[in-house]
Amino acid sequence: MSTPAPLRVFEWKLAVYRQVWKANLLTSLLQPILYLLAMGLGVGALVNKNGGSARLLGGVPYIAFVAPGLLATTAMMVGAIESLWPVHDAMKWGRQYEAMSATPLEPSDIVAAHVLWLMFRTGTAAAAVAAAMAFFPDVRSWGLIAAIPAAMLSGVALGMPLSAWAVSREREMSFPIIQRFIIVPLFLFGGAFFPLSQLPIGIRIIGYVSPLWHGVEMCRSWVSGTHMTALAALGHVAYLAVFVVVGAVIMRRLAKERLFA
Amino acid sequence: MTAGDEASANAGAPVAPLIHASGLRKQFGDFVAVDGIDFDVQPGEAFGFLGPNGAGKSSTMRMIGCTSPTSGGTLQLFGLDPAKDGPAIRRRLGVVPQMDSLDNELTVEENLVIYGRYFDLSRAEARRRAKDLLDFVQLTDRATSRVEPLSGGMKRRVTIARSLINQPDLLLLDEPTTGLDPQARHILWDRLYRLKQQGVTLVLTTHYMDEAEQLCDRLVVMDAGKIVAQGSPRQLIDEHATREVLELRFRAGSNAENEQYAAGVGDRHEVLPDRILVYAHNGDEALAKAIANGAQPESALVRRSTLEDVFLRLTGRTLVE
Ligand SMILES: Nc1ncnc2c1ncn2[C@@H]1O[C@H](COP(=O)(O)OP(=O)(O)OP(=O)(O)O)[C@@H](O)[C@H]1O
Ligand SMILES: [Mg+2]
Repeated sequence: MSTPAPLRVFEWKLAVYRQVWKANLLTSLLQPILYLLAMGLGVGALVNKNGGSARLLGGVPYIAFVAPGLLATTAMMVGAIESLWPVHDAMKWGRQYEAMSATPLEPSDIVAAHVLWLMFRTGTAAAAVAAAMAFFPDVRSWGLIAAIPAAMLSGVALGMPLSAWAVSREREMSFPIIQRFIIVPLFLFGGAFFPLSQLPIGIRIIGYVSPLWHGVEMCRSWVSGTHMTALAALGHVAYLAVFVVVGAVIMRRLAKERLFA
Repeated sequence: MTAGDEASANAGAPVAPLIHASGLRKQFGDFVAVDGIDFDVQPGEAFGFLGPNGAGKSSTMRMIGCTSPTSGGTLQLFGLDPAKDGPAIRRRLGVVPQMDSLDNELTVEENLVIYGRYFDLSRAEARRRAKDLLDFVQLTDRATSRVEPLSGGMKRRVTIARSLINQPDLLLLDEPTTGLDPQARHILWDRLYRLKQQGVTLVLTTHYMDEAEQLCDRLVVMDAGKIVAQGSPRQLIDEHATREVLELRFRAGSNAENEQYAAGVGDRHEVLPDRILVYAHNGDEALAKAIANGAQPESALVRRSTLEDVFLRLTGRTLVE
C-alpha cells in the first residue's frame, strides 16, 4: 500500500507551506475583495456610463466582465511565482532536488510533484478568489466552481515552461526580466481587463497565444453563463494542456541533465 | 540499523564485493576527473578515498551513489549495474554528500521523516526511525528546532541520521568532517565507528590523514584522477614512509642553508616551506646526528609517521594546503 512517489514529494512542499498557509490564505482572500471593490465597482462605475460599453463587454456590467478574469490572472501569477525562484532554489541553493536524487526517486517524480504543487497552489488561490466573488451579487454563480479548474489550468500552463527554464539556470538574473517583459504583458493583454477586440491586431496576438486568455475565456463563460461551444472549450483545454506537457517534458530532461551529470 | 549480510569479510574469502570497479572513468567534456581506477569494497569494510582538492573523490562517490553516469570502465554495486538499476541500488544506499542538502525551513525531525518518505516508508515508520536516529546522533533535544540555526557539526549529524533512515547496506560519506572543529569531529568519528561495528559498510572520502587512519580498514590515495597507492593505513605507512619522522624548524627563510645538516641523518628528508622533515626509523637518533652535524633548530619534534607523510612521499605535495 505504497503512496505514489509524486505525492510523497508533494508532501515535502506541503510541509514547508504549512508554516505560511494562514497568512497566505488571508492575503489570498483580502486581495481579491479589495480588487473587486476598486476595479469592479470603482472603475466599473466609469465604464458602465459609456453607452457602447455594455455591448462590447457582452451585455454585462464591468464587474461581471473583469471578475472572472481575476480568477485566471490570480492563478497565472501564483503559477509563475511558484515556478521561478522556488524551483531554482530547490535545484541550486537549497539542494532539495539533489537530496531527492540520492534516493530511489527519479526526475519524473520531481516534475510530477511540481505539477501537483502548481495545481494545488493555483487551485487554492483561484478558490479564494471565487470565495471573494461570492460576496458580490453581480458575479455570484454556481459557475464559479467550474471556473476554478479552468483558472488553475492556465496557471499551471504558464508555470511549467517557466519551471523548465528555472530548473536549468545557473543564476536568477533573468527572472525579474521575465517577470517584467513576459509575465506582465501577458497579464495586461490577456483579455482579463478589456476585450481583446479593443486592441490593434498586432497586440491582440499576445492575448491569443497567452495561456491567460484561454483561461479567462473559459472562466468568463462558466461564471456569466454565456455560451461556449464544446469544441471551443476543448480547444482551450487542449491548448493549455500542451503547455503543461511540453513544459513538464523539458523540465524533466533539464533536471535530469543537471542532477545526474 | 542493518548491515551488509556478512560483517567484516576477510580479504580473499569468497564473498562477492559490495562494490566492484575496474577501469572506472569520469569525464566532463574534455576534462578527465577520474582516470581509470580499480577497487573492490567488501561487505562490512570501511573503505576510504584520500586525496587533495580536485583529485576526483566526489566524482567517484557520485558514480557509486548512482547519481552520475560513468564515462567508461565497469562499476557494480550489489552485483547490479548503476546505469540500469539506479533506483534499486539507491534504495540500499545512505548518502552524506559533501555539501549538506537539508531543508533549512523544516525542523530536524521533519527533514528525516520527509526523506524517509522518499524511500516509501510509512509516516509512522519514518517517525519511529527518525526518533531512534536522532537519539543515535545525540540530537533528540533538537528534534523540533529548525535546521537553519544549527551549527555545522550538528547539521552534519542530522545529515548522517537522515542517510540512515532507509537502513542502508552501504553508507557513502563525502568528507563527513571537513570544516568541523575537533570536538565535533570526534563525536562524528565515534558515531561512524559504532555504525561500522554494527556491520554497516562505509565508504568515505577525506582530506585528513588522521580521519583515514581512525576510520578506514583500507584506503586508496587518489591524485589527479588516479589511484597512486592503496592498502591499509599501516601498510601504506610501512611502504611509503618510515616509522618515525623528525620535524626541524629553523629561523624563517633559512631552510635552504640548513638543509645540509639534515641530509643523511635519516633514510631521506623533505624540505617544506616552514620546516624540514627527516624520515628515520629512530627520530631521536636522527636528531642527535643532525645536532652533531651542527644544526641549531628553533624547535625539533619527533613523531610517528602518518598518512600525511605517505601522501607527501607519493605526490611531492602536502595534503592540506
Ligand atoms: N560537473 C562538473 N563539471 C565539470 N567539471 C567537474 C564537475 N564536477 C567536478 N569537476 C571537476 O573534476 C575534478 C574533480 O572534482 P571532484 O569534485 O571529484 O574532486 P574532489 O576530489 O572531490 O575534490 P574536493 O576535495 O575539492 O572535494 C575537479 O577538477 C572539478 O573541477
Ligand atoms: Mg569532493
